[in-house]
Amino acid sequence: MVRLAYVQLAGCCGCLVSLADTYERLLDILDEVELVYCQTLMDEREIPECDVAVVEGAVCLNHEECVEVARGLEEKADTIVALGACAATGNFMRYSRGNEQSAPTHEAFVPLTEVVDVDYAIPGCPPAPEAIERFLTLLLEGKTDLLEPFAKLAEGKTEYCGCDLMYHVVNKNMCMGCGTCAAACPTRAIEIVDGRPVVNEDRCIKCGACFTQCPRTIWPGDDAIKELVMGGEEE
Amino acid sequence: MSELKEIMVKGDEGLLGEHLGVFTARSTERRILRVTQDGGIVSSIMVYGLEEGKFDGVIAAVADPDDPEEPWKPRPVVITDPDEVLEAAGTKYTYCPNVSVLKEAVRSHGCERVAMVGTPCQVRAVRKAQLLPVGMRHVPDKIELLIGIICMENFPYEGLKTMVEQLCGVWMREVAKMDIGKGKFWVYTDDGEVKSIPIDETHPFEGEPCHVCTDYCAELSDLTAGSVGSPDGWSTVIVRTEKALELLEEMVEQGLLEVKSIEEVKPGLGLVEKLAQAKKNKNQKEIEERKELGLPEPGKVHEQL
Repeated sequence: MVRLAYVQLAGCCGCLVSLADTYERLLDILDEVELVYCQTLMDEREIPECDVAVVEGAVCLNHEECVEVARGLEEKADTIVALGACAATGNFMRYSRGNEQSAPTHEAFVPLTEVVDVDYAIPGCPPAPEAIERFLTLLLEGKTDLLEPFAKLAEGKTEYCGCDLMYHVVNKNMCMGCGTCAAACPTRAIEIVDGRPVVNEDRCIKCGACFTQCPRTIWPGDDAIKELVMGGEEE
Repeated sequence: MSELKEIMVKGDEGLLGEHLGVFTARSTERRILRVTQDGGIVSSIMVYGLEEGKFDGVIAAVADPDDPEEPWKPRPVVITDPDEVLEAAGTKYTYCPNVSVLKEAVRSHGCERVAMVGTPCQVRAVRKAQLLPVGMRHVPDKIELLIGIICMENFPYEGLKTMVEQLCGVWMREVAKMDIGKGKFWVYTDDGEVKSIPIDETHPFEGEPCHVCTDYCAELSDLTAGSVGSPDGWSTVIVRTEKALELLEEMVEQGLLEVKSIEEVKPGLGLVEKLAQAKKNKNQKEIEERKELGLPEPGKVHEQL
């Protein structure tokens, strides 16, 4: 059985809540793994050696233990998954500038992808429960070819924001105005005007959901959709 | 065997996408045919689905021809009342971000069985949202039916306006209906006038991002409808999933749809296949040309970051 550690760094626990929000399907997932570490759910102080480390939260460079835990993951886990935008792409931790209680000196936060070699990064704040479920199911089934987009996101750039829609979709003559980015945005920062996205940068939290959800940036392949969506699994 | 199964035929799946069968159809209801683009298939399905409780919300595009600022500019709506479906009838030849209200349909309107009509690219967007729903919490299993429309390309609003006002010489607010068929772009006015321009003259106004799309028939829909291949007032229907087939069979049994074999009508399925091939060839060439310029391929933008 796959030994899975759920590691929480500088995060809000929202990604774990999202995982739990798969309701009874969470039990199916837990049937398939041996949960060996999870601060919120179990009394286990040290991260043991494991097959998969699912990591939530950013790395606080001002916090020695946080950096040590992050750095130690490469030795402890065969596969490292940055779950959620704080670990994957920085998210609103990018706006941190310290001077906040209860730790006024904590101001430097970076995503896990900047600190260690991460195998898969899943943006979103939080990633939807169904996305986490899909990811873990594919990972446990060994269908890693379908996880290639998440692997690419882990090795590419580590900062995302609504501007990516302009730089990498609209500026590249790729946007056909479907509106997916607007639906995916958790803060309603995106409005579609004249068939193209307009991003309210004051509302953007840099979660990367818009860029990741866009059908023109990452296409998983027609076959995967026919097999896993239209094959009746969702119906 | 049902009447529908008896008349359905199969076409080239490499061009039309995988399907169970194709036929031609039109609504039998006057109230629908009066406002609809072709055979009223999409409107009929949406009215039937809402009335029968098969859907509790449908996403469609509504345009106000009398809007003082931007007549005919569509906006996406979530419709929960079957009486409101017909307000969304008819094709609008410009962008309408239907997918933008998908999460709203589920989260704000509380819909659990959503039907959406969309262009091939929009159907693709929703399918991806079902497979990898990173920002689509609780959306994937709420999609009951995806209706695709056959689509060669779309036009930005100002492009459409130029075609209508400059080339056809009709004010947007005077337009009763727009159509593309028989090699022409047609404008019907409120006064009963009919203007048209050759389709070639519309090419400069096509949205450029449409030119990297090789999906003509919304290949990932549950069913696809469009005028191409069928006579005036009829629609070609491509059925892809069992769920869509059952729904259509019910509608035929209840006399809501009149159906015919597409082999009995002109111009027939061959034209759909021919145009699908043309779109695939033309746009695949465009993708290759863009690659030479260093531009990303659709669906592979993340690989260049």
